[in-house]
Amino acid sequence: MAYSELIKNFNKIREYMRDFYVYGFKTREDYTNKSARSYDNEKRRIESWLGDYMSFRQGADGKQVFLSIDSRLTRHNPLYRAWKTKSFTEGDMTLHFVILDILEDGKELPLSEIAAQVDIYLEVFEQTRIFDESTIRKKLNEYVKEGLLECRKEGRTLLYRRSADNRMPDADVLDFFSETAPCGVIGSFLLDKMQVHHDHFAFKHHYITGALDSEILCKILEAIHDRRSLTVELLNRKKNRITENQVVPLRILISAQNGRQYLAAYVPRFRRITTYRLDNILSVKIGNAAAEFDKMRSKLNGMQAHMWGASTESWSGDRMEHIEFTICYNDDEQHIPKRLEREKRIGYVEHLDAHTSRFSADVYDACELFPWIRTFICRITDISISNREHEIRFKEDLRKMYELYGTEGGSEDAFS
Amino acid sequence: MLFHEIYGTYFQAVARILTAAVDHNVTDGEIRNLIREHAFEESSLNIPEALGGARWRLIRKDGSTVVKHKPTMPLTTLQKRWINAIALDPRIRLFTDDPVVFPDVEPLFLPEDIYIFDQYADGDPYEDETYIRNFRLILDAIRGKYPLEIGTVNRRGGRMTVHTIPEYLEYSVKDDKFRVIGSGKKLGHTINLGRIISCEKCSPASECKQGEQKLLRPRTVIFDLLDERNALERVLMHFAHFEKQVVRTGERSYQITLHYDKDDETEILIRILSFGPRIHVVKPDAFVRQIKERLEMQKRCGL
Repeated sequence: MAYSELIKNFNKIREYMRDFYVYGFKTREDYTNKSARSYDNEKRRIESWLGDYMSFRQGADGKQVFLSIDSRLTRHNPLYRAWKTKSFTEGDMTLHFVILDILEDGKELPLSEIAAQVDIYLEVFEQTRIFDESTIRKKLNEYVKEGLLECRKEGRTLLYRRSADNRMPDADVLDFFSETAPCGVIGSFLLDKMQVHHDHFAFKHHYITGALDSEILCKILEAIHDRRSLTVELLNRKKNRITENQVVPLRILISAQNGRQYLAAYVPRFRRITTYRLDNILSVKIGNAAAEFDKMRSKLNGMQAHMWGASTESWSGDRMEHIEFTICYNDDEQHIPKRLEREKRIGYVEHLDAHTSRFSADVYDACELFPWIRTFICRITDISISNREHEIRFKEDLRKMYELYGTEGGSEDAFS
Repeated sequence: MLFHEIYGTYFQAVARILTAAVDHNVTDGEIRNLIREHAFEESSLNIPEALGGARWRLIRKDGSTVVKHKPTMPLTTLQKRWINAIALDPRIRLFTDDPVVFPDVEPLFLPEDIYIFDQYADGDPYEDETYIRNFRLILDAIRGKYPLEIGTVNRRGGRMTVHTIPEYLEYSVKDDKFRVIGSGKKLGHTINLGRIISCEKCSPASECKQGEQKLLRPRTVIFDLLDERNALERVLMHFAHFEKQVVRTGERSYQITLHYDKDDETEILIRILSFGPRIHVVKPDAFVRQIKERLEMQKRCGL
């Protein structure tokens, strides 16, 4: 099939874009699951859409392709462009503009009249193409489903008209929420409708990769809103295996600190609530009404008081792990206890004296707190975890860091 | 359906071309310019020849079009549902008291359907009337490019007043806070909206000059990474929003060059520390020294 810069199946491009943006060191040879031609085509497409962000580097292993985007300087998520590349037939393009034009000025017409007018519009061309009524009916019904058209029955005849041209939120609202709200790409579609607008917002700590999971997220949100079950097709990256699960979607969990998005769902087969990373979900299919929704949502609410991240179970098999650590600070470091209060998501902070504070929590997985606790390195005076293996691991990691940086007698060659 | 051609760049670009063609016969050059402006790099290889009688049948040979009206497209149900969802976000009040809402459709999601689990707890007060007033005035000043006199409280509780021409608002989802970045005296200003105690229009003759913005002070840190416990993916996701280069140096080892702004150095330092021994900073020496100092202090804590 001839190359086109447009695509039919988004999943084909999703993984490449993620790799080019997040990893950026892979060469053509690393894409062993795909043919070299497929790699070349997808790379060419992404270059066409995002050429201004695409970079190349010649490494020892070959040419590395990567997307280099500083999201603090880029006002609009460039990855949204990928959602504007859906391929279409020649008829889709013609009928879109001609039908919407025929129905301008509040006209309400039956299929036969619309079909007749389409012929008149197109008769000016030498190679006239007559769309048959069934093709036009299909397009009209598709547009009714998308909300572009409305239809009503008069006697036995269906009459079609354009949906009302509604008021839009102003550009600043769309500018802001297209970058911060779930499924922000829809805001980007709306911004595209505006003739000109000036950007008045920039974003810090802005993770843009979630954009690639927009369609999955959109369907999950629809299912949550309608209290319906989902069939989720999941990719296990480590085992390179695809599995399918029936779940009751309960909530979307988002990390502001790494951009990952998770589906928290009840899995009837395992009778437990678990989480799935959205970028590991290949497809979702909305199913029947889920009677367990309210009960399980309420259960999840209770569980969240013990979830530091997305983990809903401990590694040790214990139901809950207790963790506490103590930090010290000087008189002029009062921002440190404030940090504890501000950054703790769950658990308790006790201010033991003017220079010492302790955090404690019962959590499903104490390991999830390690990265946060390490941000207090230079002032941690004590740490205690009910799961002794975790405690040993934390201290062992600290010892390795001393070695890495040659702290008081450690060797700097320890990183291997 | 979210992945649909009606939202596509080709449909958008063609709508722009037809808008011009309804007004006057469009030339090939005009078509190419519109494509360059509104479509992709390679689109000019496809769209111009497809517009005519052989394929899309929208533009005649003389540059006129068969459509009679400038193309517009009603909002789709999906777009309306998303607009209804953002109307429930507390931050919408910063923009308007009367958000657009479509009563004929359900919101795509409700606030309780989403949970940002690691957002800091001291976010800005979006429902506070003074905060809302300040936000709106600042946004208006950005649009109108006029100066403001802003009174703030600094970290030590002291009051200060600055004159600035707001350039843009910066939002951090992690902090859940807005800052205004403005130009003016002394290389411009960055002001946390949550710290503002007064905000008023001031005369253009005051001490600010547009264009004198605070400049970014680019810095680089280079670190080695050992891909244990999925560290490569965790680190690259975590630092995904920075400009960076990654080079594979061994079977499980990588070297990463990260570009950041000097103002964020302490934050970068503690974020690097959060990865423990999976990351080893090798350059610059000053950065390495800061890590060593923290580790030495930590060791003295007895752990």
